[in-house]
Amino acid sequence: MAKTKVSPLETFSKGFVKENPVLRLVLGTCPALAVSNTMVSAIGMGIATIMVLVMTNTIISALKKVIPSKVRIPAYIVIISTMVTVVQMLVKAFLPVIYDALGVYLPLITVNCIILGRAESFASKNSVALSILDGLGMGIGFLAALFSISLIREFVGGGTILSGIQSLLPFLSGSSFNGVDVASAVSQYTALEPIKIFILPAGGFMVFGFLMALVNRINHKKGKPSVELGCGSCKACDKEAK
Amino acid sequence: MENAKNPAISEDKSANSVQDNNKDNLSELKLTVSPHIKSSLTTKGVMLDVIIALIPTLAAGAWIQGPRAFLIAFTGVLSSVLAEYLYNRFMKKPNTIGDLSAAVTGMLIALNMPVTIPLWMVVVGSVFAIVIVKQLFGGLGRNFANPALTARIFMLLSFPAAMNNFVMPFQWKSSSEIVTTATPLYTLYEAFKSGSPDSFLTAAKDFPSLTSLFLGQMQGTIGEISALALLLGFIYLLYRGVIRLSIPVSFVGTVAVVMLIAGKGSLNFVAGQILSGGLLLGAIFMATDYTTSPMSIKGKIIFGIGCGLITCFIRLFGSLHEGVSYAILIMNIFSPFIDRLTRPRPFGQTKKGGKAHAKA
Repeated sequence: MAKTKVSPLETFSKGFVKENPVLRLVLGTCPALAVSNTMVSAIGMGIATIMVLVMTNTIISALKKVIPSKVRIPAYIVIISTMVTVVQMLVKAFLPVIYDALGVYLPLITVNCIILGRAESFASKNSVALSILDGLGMGIGFLAALFSISLIREFVGGGTILSGIQSLLPFLSGSSFNGVDVASAVSQYTALEPIKIFILPAGGFMVFGFLMALVNRINHKKGKPSVELGCGSCKACDKEAK
Repeated sequence: MENAKNPAISEDKSANSVQDNNKDNLSELKLTVSPHIKSSLTTKGVMLDVIIALIPTLAAGAWIQGPRAFLIAFTGVLSSVLAEYLYNRFMKKPNTIGDLSAAVTGMLIALNMPVTIPLWMVVVGSVFAIVIVKQLFGGLGRNFANPALTARIFMLLSFPAAMNNFVMPFQWKSSSEIVTTATPLYTLYEAFKSGSPDSFLTAAKDFPSLTSLFLGQMQGTIGEISALALLLGFIYLLYRGVIRLSIPVSFVGTVAVVMLIAGKGSLNFVAGQILSGGLLLGAIFMATDYTTSPMSIKGKIIFGIGCGLITCFIRLFGSLHEGVSYAILIMNIFSPFIDRLTRPRPFGQTKKGGKAHAKA
């Protein structure tokens, strides 16, 4: 497979829209649907994933010559779960409310396909610097997807924006700002009320589908040929191609 | 030999030239797959029949619950048709509002609402039904679930308080404040839990008499209260050949049998279960949707029994007291599989699929 040279900037930015891990590669959908009912937990999940992704990409890229190819998946998982444990302890210590809100989904970052996917298809083949950029870009893409899903779900389904933000940003705890309660502000003038189904899982799937369609449309509009998605670049497929 | 061949060739040639001459005419002829039996049954005609069949129900609802029912029906129909028109316009698809299916959906949505529902919620439900449930899956005939029914569930989950805000019969006529009591379905649920349904129902003061249940003098959504009006629509649809007996009868029959067992033989309990709640509306107008119900008679009966069983289980053991819409939705999802299991045997084939051998 002839590889085209990709600039560092594109390595960083491709995760935003073009190869957005959630909305284009359809990876990591479990946390994307499970914790996106409130913006605060979605952002918390996004940041935790970015931290894990950057750290694992760095370590795996640095150790790519040391890890034997036959046992690479177990080796990656050990590295990933170590990093997840570190992040989990940090969140538990500093953001206990977020830790409770994320629940089981925080340790489940270990099996988030985005992280293993990037390790397998990028970090194990590229330099440390590029891997950090890739991890950061993909992580931001994940955060952006979660942010947009949760923005729609929380606003339409709960009538609030960034409700409970103080638990995510402790330095705000002195101020009076703790999210915007649109619903109760509007309810004084009109009979409108939140459409609660969007907080429920069914609404999560609907918003997810709509955003996926939107991102696909943006990508089609650019007129570029569709990018090769998914695991096309990983070693298993390389072998089959040969 | 050559001489013998020649006429054939010349015949072919002449045939070709005839074909060439007729090409323009032939291209105007339509080629369609069988069956070629022509029928006056069109989508528009069927939908118009359904609308006519729903009119007594709407009228009864408006008579018992107040003229606001007409406003809700108007809003439902208007927003459904508008949603369909705008979707087609926006997606550059042929305009399909002429087949009246969107109007039927809007009407059914309205009949599934309590009369107190805010109008904007009706609009949200209609847009959801038309755009998400129907058009995004490919439009009429390709939706996997009944749009009006799914919209009802969508609204039950989204606006639980507004969707359960029922009025007492004829409350709109009286100026005095009337205290709303437990819905008949809740009383029935309590009766089942009490262990002796018959004596519980005769003791319950706020449980309507069977005549009022039949006429519709109880709490409920606009369309579900009057069994009499629903049965009028049912008879009309049967007479016009729009629907068959199989689904409604197997659905209601299953509910009757299960409730007879659950009610320890209490006929009051069975009649109450059949006449209250959305059972008749669902069985007559929602479960019989062509797109989302099986095609063969056998399949339709399986579908009806499944709907009935799930309805009973939700009503008796669930926390909702009403399960008709969930039951139909679940069976909607099963109907492709029922279709596959009940595929009719082609004429001349044995049960195992081989050709039948004539016994000599």
